[in-house]
Amino acid sequence: MGEEVKLFGSYASPFSSRVELALKLKGVSFENIKEDLANKSALLVQYNPVHKKIPVLLHGGRPVIESLIILEYIDETWDGNHAILPKDPFERALACFWVKFIDDKVLRALWMSCRSEGEMQKNFMEQSKEYLELLENELKGNKFFGGDAIGIVDISANFIALWAIVLQEVAGISLINEEKYPILCNWIEEFLSSEVVKESLPEKEKLFAYFHAKKEVIFANKAPAY
Amino acid sequence: MAREKGVVLLDFWVSPFGQRVRIALAEKGVDYEYKEQDLINKSEHLLKSNPVYKKIPVLLRDGKPISESLIIVQYIDEVWSNKAPLLPAEPLARANARFWADFIDKKVYECGTRLWKLVGEEQEAAKKEFIEIFKLLQGELGDRKFFGGETFGFLDLALVPFVAWFYAYETFAKFSMDEECPKIVAWAKRCMERESVSKTLSDPNKVYEFVLFLKKKFGVEY
Repeated sequence: MGEEVKLFGSYASPFSSRVELALKLKGVSFENIKEDLANKSALLVQYNPVHKKIPVLLHGGRPVIESLIILEYIDETWDGNHAILPKDPFERALACFWVKFIDDKVLRALWMSCRSEGEMQKNFMEQSKEYLELLENELKGNKFFGGDAIGIVDISANFIALWAIVLQEVAGISLINEEKYPILCNWIEEFLSSEVVKESLPEKEKLFAYFHAKKEVIFANKAPAY
Repeated sequence: MAREKGVVLLDFWVSPFGQRVRIALAEKGVDYEYKEQDLINKSEHLLKSNPVYKKIPVLLRDGKPISESLIIVQYIDEVWSNKAPLLPAEPLARANARFWADFIDKKVYECGTRLWKLVGEEQEAAKKEFIEIFKLLQGELGDRKFFGGETFGFLDLALVPFVAWFYAYETFAKFSMDEECPKIVAWAKRCMERESVSKTLSDPNKVYEFVLFLKKKFGVEY
């Protein structure tokens, strides 16, 4: 497909990082546009009038929004190499289920564990432990959720491999640790050791500095701010 | 225990999410066994089939379970691909359909619930939001026969089960969908001409009684 591809994202966002990773795995060239979320560009608002959020993928001038929907679009459009989703319908349904679970439940529980205090934090941490256990079991001793290669579930779990680790350090708690979740921690190592993954992630030190500096402000807000 | 062969659906009669799956199965002409679930005393079968969420609908095929209504519908579309395609063929159109289905999932049921659970100012705010949501959907529909264009498809079936709840929502929150979103009401009538939809959707009066039951249960004034 010869049409121009552009990605509107932001440096610290796990959601735009997912799309970057998918495009790189497929070998698609694209223009990587980083938005300043405090000053959203007119173009971004034009392409995503309903939610006004990143990431937005522009393919031949046509926008696709919502990171997971973009991942499916990328897999269907550039279907030659590195399948992101399984081909078998049942396996696909399972992968989509876990992706939805990560987005709907896991991210929020981990984020809230790091940003709340007292009884609320205790509850979110309990919830997080339950979810992490489910993910630990789902890996079934495989290198990746996708089996031998990085797939859509791995890409969606990027938050766990980097952002959750940084946030728990900033918050001074230990949720994701090798003692409790050895297979998951092994997955984190495998995931982060991939060159393509490294290229699509922000630097850990920069992310730590970003969240640490904004600790008071971000942690006081309701929604994650990337 | 031997694996049960064939297609089984674990569901609850009034669930709009379960109805999405039933409409999809009907459109595809798939034979299946319907198993009504008790949502207060959940069966072992349900708990084993959906251990993560413990919710309906769950579709089982030869004993293997799939949960989450839109995921189930996409699975049905892929497996029984020889008849009545639900998702469009083209990736951009598919992405658009998925986006709006996701929008419906995140907004409609939750906002609708606030319409009967809340009173006073909070209910008024929920009503404004509900109408806004449907005005956006109306905009997306435009002047087309269905969200899928000329043919009934994924997005139509994602939304249509909630139409059976309009009467209950309108009565409790005092507004008229016909006045606020006439194109949506017209679209709903066209959907109801399809047997898969008319045979699946709950009678609005029965939905109203069900919501009344929920209101009593939650101690909401009625």
